[in-house]
Amino acid sequence: MIILVPVKRVVDPYARVKPLADGSGIDTSGVKFEINPFDEIALEEAVRHKERDPNITVLAVSIGASECEEQLRKALAMGADRAILVETAEVYDSLGVAVELKAVAQAENVDVILMGKQATDDDNNQAAQMLAAKLGWPQATFAAKVEFAGRTAKVTRETDAGEETLELDLPAVITADLRLNEPRYIALPGIIKARSKPLDRRAPSAPAQSKIRRLKVEATPPRAAGRKVGSIDELVTELKNKGVLA
Amino acid sequence: MSKLLVVAFNESDVSAGAGLAAALGLPYDVLDAVGSHAVADALAPAIAGALGGYSHVAAVSSMRSKDVMARVAGIVDGAMVTDVIAAQSATVFQRPIVAGTMIETVEVLGSPTVLTFRPAGFKGSAEVGSRTPVTADAGQARRVGANERQGGRPDLTQAKVVVSGGRPLKDAATFESVIGGLADALGGAAGATRAAVDSGIAPNELQVGQTGKIVAPDLYIAAGISGSTQHMAGIKDSKVIVAINKDPDAPIFEFADYGLVADLYEAIPALLAAIGK
Ligand SMILES: Cc1cc2nc3c(=O)[nH]c(=O)nc-3n(C[C@@H](O)[C@H](O)[C@H](O)COP(=O)(O)OP(=O)(O)OC[C@H]3O[C@@H](n4cnc5c(N)ncnc54)[C@H](O)[C@@H]3O)c2cc1C
Ligand SMILES: Cc1cc2nc3c(=O)[nH]c(=O)nc-3n(C[C@H](O)[C@H](O)[C@H](O)COP(=O)(O)OP(=O)(O)OC[C@H]3O[C@@H](n4cnc5c(N)ncnc54)[C@H](O)[C@@H]3O)c2cc1C
Repeated sequence: MIILVPVKRVVDPYARVKPLADGSGIDTSGVKFEINPFDEIALEEAVRHKERDPNITVLAVSIGASECEEQLRKALAMGADRAILVETAEVYDSLGVAVELKAVAQAENVDVILMGKQATDDDNNQAAQMLAAKLGWPQATFAAKVEFAGRTAKVTRETDAGEETLELDLPAVITADLRLNEPRYIALPGIIKARSKPLDRRAPSAPAQSKIRRLKVEATPPRAAGRKVGSIDELVTELKNKGVLA
Repeated sequence: MSKLLVVAFNESDVSAGAGLAAALGLPYDVLDAVGSHAVADALAPAIAGALGGYSHVAAVSSMRSKDVMARVAGIVDGAMVTDVIAAQSATVFQRPIVAGTMIETVEVLGSPTVLTFRPAGFKGSAEVGSRTPVTADAGQARRVGANERQGGRPDLTQAKVVVSGGRPLKDAATFESVIGGLADALGGAAGATRAAVDSGIAPNELQVGQTGKIVAPDLYIAAGISGSTQHMAGIKDSKVIVAINKDPDAPIFEFADYGLVADLYEAIPALLAAIGK
């Protein structure tokens, strides 16, 4: 069984980033890049299944410029067997990402696609569902627990009101939520050791044809400065004056 | 033809849709999926099949709508924008990115346009045209179980008051009595940070933030919450934010309208007493 794990290179989710002065995008100078945290959870999950079942192969894929190799090397160090870089300097929207991932999934004949529910930079939460639609496969988003039995996946997923459990016949698309697992820590030597694992580069299957054009990026206007209150009574008086406390 | 179809997953989405329709300057109809538990692979084709005659299809942002609407966009090759907070026209939208620290303005170049939107930014009104129930076939995925809680409290995303707790709430019972107790006294909803949910203090559906629920109450009370970027992303639209934290340097004090440096275990009972509860 082959599990495909898409891996997006994103700005460090703990870094404080700003828009570029001309508003054309995000200023990433001097900022570290990481695997999208939700993709890291997806990867950890795939590797844990592989550690229990030697018939599982984990394949990592990233779409982007040559720098994405850094994240793919880390994915290999975490336990992926091989990696593919769909190398491009162009920007793909989520639909474009889905088209490219579909091409890889079909070329590699994968059984499961396990990926992050959203990228923490663009926060779109779209690519996986679009990919599942394009492949005509069932989907289970926001997974909190994933089990495989033969050709069936049983997924407990987070919902707006709690949890539900889905059974999906493979092939299927599953997206990882925060509570699925806690990814292992990989130190630098591990990443260097993984250098011998195969990493193929290939060209995109189709040119980027974005249906969404980014016009401007600006900082969110800050909230007006607040202040500290000295006592509960002062707090209650203020809240009553504001009309938010009866 | 320019027309909006609003997919309603909750009853309140019908009036929220009016706000969006007014901002887009489009007439709107409602496709009723209220109470439907159909899986995404069954519901999305049913919605896609109902799009004839519509230039736009939209749903209020939620886990349910993100699951389903992005699949609709995949079926119809739509131009999709997630978490729209404002519309400059029927094709130019604003949305938060990078945990709400920035606002991106995007233009959709294709049709149909598929949106999920946050109702807080859309207060206008419009007359709803038709309302049609959606009918989905059986899906490929099978829903074999659910554990969905129907608490007595108002829905987090719509509550006028939200009381949230973080990591120092110790355990589920403490969270329920301290945070839940204050929420009940104020007729509000209870929320939590990721740290509280991850450690089993609060159930997952209470997580507020970048990757949880987005709230917009009149009053948000954060008790024992440090104020991470990811948490703040979910509460920015609150009218008044109150922070109770024992660390005077906690980042949340930079954002709170009123900050109280105190131990929450002393402050919350004192607050209840002060409001006569
Ligand atoms: C300079 C710049 C300009 C941009 N301009 C535009 C623009 O004009 N229009 C526009 O729509 N977007 C633009 N973007 C953002 C765009 O590149 C998004 O990354 C794209 O929309 C995909 O959405 P997402 O990653 O948020 O998807 P999500 O749906 O949030 O991601 C879900 C999952 O999809 C997978 N995934 C997503 N991207 C990749 C990838 N590259 N490789 C492997 N897996 C991936 C991951 O598993 C991820 O967890 C721009 C970005 C930059 C840096
Ligand atoms: C990809 C990603 C997504 C994330 N999504 C979210 C999200 O959606 N929502 C979210 O909330 N987080 C999210 N996080 C996590 C976020 O970064 C923080 O780790 C989290 O919000 C911290 O929770 P906290 O404030 O409860 O805990 P802490 O940061 O540990 O803060 C606890 C606070 O309580 C105070 N305190 C301790 N004891 C008391 C007491 N007795 N009385 C008063 N104050 C006390 C302390 O001074 C401290 O400030 C995400 C992180 C990542 C990487």
